[in-house]
Amino acid sequence: MTKLFIPLDSFAVACGADQIAEEFGQLLADRGLAVEIVRNGSRGLAWLEPMIEVETPGGRIAYGPIEPGEAAALIDAGVLAGAGHPKRIGKVEEHPFFARQRRHTFKRCGITDPLSLDDYRAHGGLKGLERAIGIEAEAIVAEVTASGLRGRGGAGFPTGIKWKTVAEAKGDRKYIVANADEGDSGTFADRMIMEGDPFCLIEGMAIAGVATGATKGYIYLRSEYPVAIAVMREAIRRAGKAGLLGASLLGSSHAFDLEVRVGAGAYVCGEETSLLDSLEGKRGQVRFKPPLPAIQGLFGKPTVINNVITLASVPEILAAGADGYKELGIGRSRGTIPIQLGGNVRHGGLFEAPFGMTLGAIVEEIGGGTASGRPVRAVQVGGPLGAYFPVSLFDTPFDYEAFAAKDGLIGHAGIVVFDDTVDMMKQARFAFEFCAIESCGKCTPCRVGAVRGYETVKKIIDGERPAENLALVEDLCNTMKFGSLCALGGFTPYPVMSAIRHFPEDFHGEPMRVAAE
Amino acid sequence: MVYQATYDETEAAEIIAEHEALEGPLLPILHGIQARFGHVPEAAVRQIAAALNLTRAEVHGVVTFYHDFHKEPRGRHILKVCRAEACQAAGSDGIADAIEKALGIGFGETTPDGQVTLEAVYCLGLCAAAPSAMLDRRIVGRLSEAKVGALVEEARL
Ligand SMILES: Cc1cc2nc3c(=O)[nH]c(=O)nc-3n(C[C@H](O)[C@H](O)[C@H](O)COP(=O)(O)O)c2cc1C
Ligand code: SF4
Ligand code: FES
Repeated sequence: MTKLFIPLDSFAVACGADQIAEEFGQLLADRGLAVEIVRNGSRGLAWLEPMIEVETPGGRIAYGPIEPGEAAALIDAGVLAGAGHPKRIGKVEEHPFFARQRRHTFKRCGITDPLSLDDYRAHGGLKGLERAIGIEAEAIVAEVTASGLRGRGGAGFPTGIKWKTVAEAKGDRKYIVANADEGDSGTFADRMIMEGDPFCLIEGMAIAGVATGATKGYIYLRSEYPVAIAVMREAIRRAGKAGLLGASLLGSSHAFDLEVRVGAGAYVCGEETSLLDSLEGKRGQVRFKPPLPAIQGLFGKPTVINNVITLASVPEILAAGADGYKELGIGRSRGTIPIQLGGNVRHGGLFEAPFGMTLGAIVEEIGGGTASGRPVRAVQVGGPLGAYFPVSLFDTPFDYEAFAAKDGLIGHAGIVVFDDTVDMMKQARFAFEFCAIESCGKCTPCRVGAVRGYETVKKIIDGERPAENLALVEDLCNTMKFGSLCALGGFTPYPVMSAIRHFPEDFHGEPMRVAAE
Repeated sequence: MVYQATYDETEAAEIIAEHEALEGPLLPILHGIQARFGHVPEAAVRQIAAALNLTRAEVHGVVTFYHDFHKEPRGRHILKVCRAEACQAAGSDGIADAIEKALGIGFGETTPDGQVTLEAVYCLGLCAAAPSAMLDRRIVGRLSEAKVGALVEEARL
């Protein structure tokens, strides 16, 4: 039977995909057409969502962006046979945005039926877990270590080392926690994989369980992601029924159970220790370290806590071996990184590529510049705690160390594009405002500093003693940077200082000391 | 639609019982109560504290920590508009102004008829389909000032 793919991904749903699917369903039934509708994930070309695809003898042909109310006309035009149409995109694989990618973690996303385990297997799923069960704990950790995989949640900590610590820690019970709090503006990779290939995360967590001896996993998923919550829960239910989870993982002696827990709208709960407290049913306040979560994590037990993409990258590493992954990338940034392009960008979406492309190539060539058609003025990389980079830094390669060397960070690899109408002083003020709203309140530099920073930038905006207040902001940033317990307070200075440093003309034309460096 | 109902101890007891056996049951219980009654009143705090053997202060502390939980009832519909950076870059400030004007209220406020509460949210993961919003559990992307009218009308229903 011909298949018609209509994404269930949030990008598509937020632009009418549910209604479009309903319309097609009704029309196909009315006209007695033998076409099966598959609700797939997104291929990542978000500006073309809702993007439908039809399976034809000549391959999968895409059309988009489709709007509600168009179904009848599309069918009449012969779209179900891949006919020509102004919205015909052709084969996604041949689209320049897609052709330049190297899909590793997202290799199935958008292609398969996210909730079909048969589809998952048919596209290489479960090979990683099968191999993991065969080679056992130490060899799994060695493989992950050899791949060079670093945490994709932001800090870039080597995943193999984290797993080794948990594997060696003593505990009557151990946990695997997937950090699916994805609070950073400009990021949606976790959401896309959970909606588009949920079994991949499940498989990654199960492998982590086998590698460390953990028998219980939690996915801490933010409440702002209703679609991901529903898909993930259904996938877990199906995985349990099929023996992919439960008392005997794929018939082995390993037990592993999995549960989704929904966050409650606190950005700071993406910080790993705050997340653990939240899972335990407490206020999501940041813990002092040590002890490390790997030694004393959830309920005091040894715990692996990893970002969703980190975990979802593991099955393919195990299946194909560490070498292929390690070969990709530059410097100490190995493998691929799912880059997310958002904001005022012409071609927004998810672009998975080896580390090392320059920021300029990503924004201008892949992203196609701004959606407004105006010149790009600034990009914020790495979420609300990431620095604003001007076009003059567009030669920076996408790499953890290269960004750090320019006082920035790649974080969860979200890039937000701004055109030349942006007021960088307002962006600096917002950085403080956001920190004030989301601070967990545990330490003073962050709790008080953010509010003072917000007020002080406001004064500059109002033209009140700009030079003096700018110096005050710089002081405050130093205090926050060195005196905060976690990166919410500690990194808020990045967006603020980068705005001041790279765009001094927005701060009442008073270039400050740092600007002259 | 967010169901604003009068608090019912028997129903609350059912929600508590449903989650009590979980490890760390407090957040799932609070989500259940919030979803069922539209808020988490003091009576619920008392009841949960008793059931989980916690102090009322502890439960109160958790309820007030999270943006999702509210001790007071709010509007029948909750309209959350994304105010984070990617949406800002795509013009969300103008959208937010238009929505405030159309509803006649500011962020954090509820219309006098109790129909709509307007809230800020920081990223819905729709940053490449910005600006975005969420009406109750329904997500909306590529908001334009032209689309604001329909959205506000829907919220008022
Ligand atoms: C304020 C704050 C928010 C964070 N939010 C997230 C998040 O949403 N998702 C995430 O994976 N990591 C987040 N992190 C990083 C985590 O603390 C932690 O480093 C990560 O979950 C470790 O997993 P990884 O090694 O796989 O990256 C956040 C950190 C801070 C300080
Ligand atoms: S820096 Fe802010 S969020 Fe982090 S622990 Fe301190 S008060 Fe909490
Ligand atoms: S910043 Fe608005 S959806 Fe991400």
